[in-house]
Amino acid sequence: MAYTKRLDKRKFDETRELKAEVGIIPRADGSAMFSMGKTVAYAAVYGPRSMFPRFMQNPEKGTLRCNYNMLPFSSGGERVRPGPSRRSKEISMVTEKALLPVVDLSNFPNAVVDVFIELPQTDAGTRCAGICAAALALADAGIVMKDLVSSVSVGCIDGTIVADLSYDEEAYEGKVADIPVAVIPHSGEITLLQMDGEVKKEELKKAVELATKKCREIYEVQKKALKEKYTAGGKK
Amino acid sequence: MTEDLKKHILELLSKDTRFDGRKLLEYRKPLKVDYNISINAEGSAQVTLGETVVMAGVKLAVEKPYPDTPDAGLLMVNAELTPLANPDFVLGPPDIDAIELARLVDRGIRESKIIDMKALCLEKGEKAWSVMIDIIPINDAGNLFDTAVLAALAALKVTKFPKLVDDVPDYKQKTNKALPIDDKKETLSVTVFKIGKNFIIDPTIEEASIADARLTVATMADNTLCALQKGGEHTLTAEDIAKMVDIGIEKGAELRKAL
Repeated sequence: MAYTKRLDKRKFDETRELKAEVGIIPRADGSAMFSMGKTVAYAAVYGPRSMFPRFMQNPEKGTLRCNYNMLPFSSGGERVRPGPSRRSKEISMVTEKALLPVVDLSNFPNAVVDVFIELPQTDAGTRCAGICAAALALADAGIVMKDLVSSVSVGCIDGTIVADLSYDEEAYEGKVADIPVAVIPHSGEITLLQMDGEVKKEELKKAVELATKKCREIYEVQKKALKEKYTAGGKK
Repeated sequence: MTEDLKKHILELLSKDTRFDGRKLLEYRKPLKVDYNISINAEGSAQVTLGETVVMAGVKLAVEKPYPDTPDAGLLMVNAELTPLANPDFVLGPPDIDAIELARLVDRGIRESKIIDMKALCLEKGEKAWSVMIDIIPINDAGNLFDTAVLAALAALKVTKFPKLVDDVPDYKQKTNKALPIDDKKETLSVTVFKIGKNFIIDPTIEEASIADARLTVATMADNTLCALQKGGEHTLTAEDIAKMVDIGIEKGAELRKAL
């Protein structure tokens, strides 16, 4: 059965509504909110600051440390038990790797830049929303970056390539591949790629092309949010 | 440095003012409650008080009642001081500050009997609704206690039961049925801080850090007290406590208007 109409009536290459806001957590050195439809991510950046425990310090350059966490009441099912899980630890790690290529911490040996990502409400695509928010928060914190990172999940549902899967689409009964991708918008380089499900290599190629295109749209939303905070006459 | 800070704050307090120009018994502005900030929770709310922002979310589940209360539902309050909200918070299991915060909110809600726990029982000794409240500061600019109690209460007020299918909640289907809540028993807390001879409410982080002692006063709508907690390293006299309770009752009425 071909997937001819999306469950929420979006066009195949259409993302959910995108929103971004920079500077939402005044106590942090940098912060941002990024939402895709019902998935909402908050990110706060602290640092560069001293790295503890000390044995983790790197005398060559600063360390980027990310932590991804779903709040206990954020999921559509049962309460999420607080504290790290295997899943959240892995997502924290791939988030770190997705952001690392654009940040320059060479001037901060022995220091750490902490990125905390919290999701109060989720509907699939959480790591992507988290990465988009984190990139904004890092920029807001004044960390030296060569570009932002934009991220979206693309998918292949019964042979149809779609952008930004919702939870209901991920759970669709047919053949579903869920492919979160993060892209450095200017160079088009990919910093995150994961996939679970089934996909043919031709479909994967198309999916990654779509992801790159969508990430450039997300990039515009991110840039606009940053400018809103930092342009004279902008809010705050 | 703490000594200098304290001296400076005391000097201001003696002139009946504070760093941010407030009076001693004045809340920061804005004081705002946003409801249903997370659609996946059965109830949720976010309280903004000045720059402090705290979220609370309620999840419901069906569980076995405790053996000592076989005909009542279950209540659990948890607070996560996520490092997102304050540079001094660290990752890891709840520390003593998070535990005290959670227990204080728990006592305020439990002892006020705002929730009719008996009405949450589905089958005596076997099945009852469990109410799980999670409190998450998003930006900690001081006075987490009072904002957390307010957020928890606000979240409870908009909590709706999910549909039960064979005694298992189907979280995709929400009903219009609200929690059995007695509005007259709405609990709010006011934490009064003693600095020198002065009493203040709604402290900033700096003010709280140099305070001698604090007393959290949780009251219901009819001004009955339902929970108390003294904190801080210094002593309080009986007169201090009487004064602080008066302040708690008076200021609690102000907070109540935000709901």
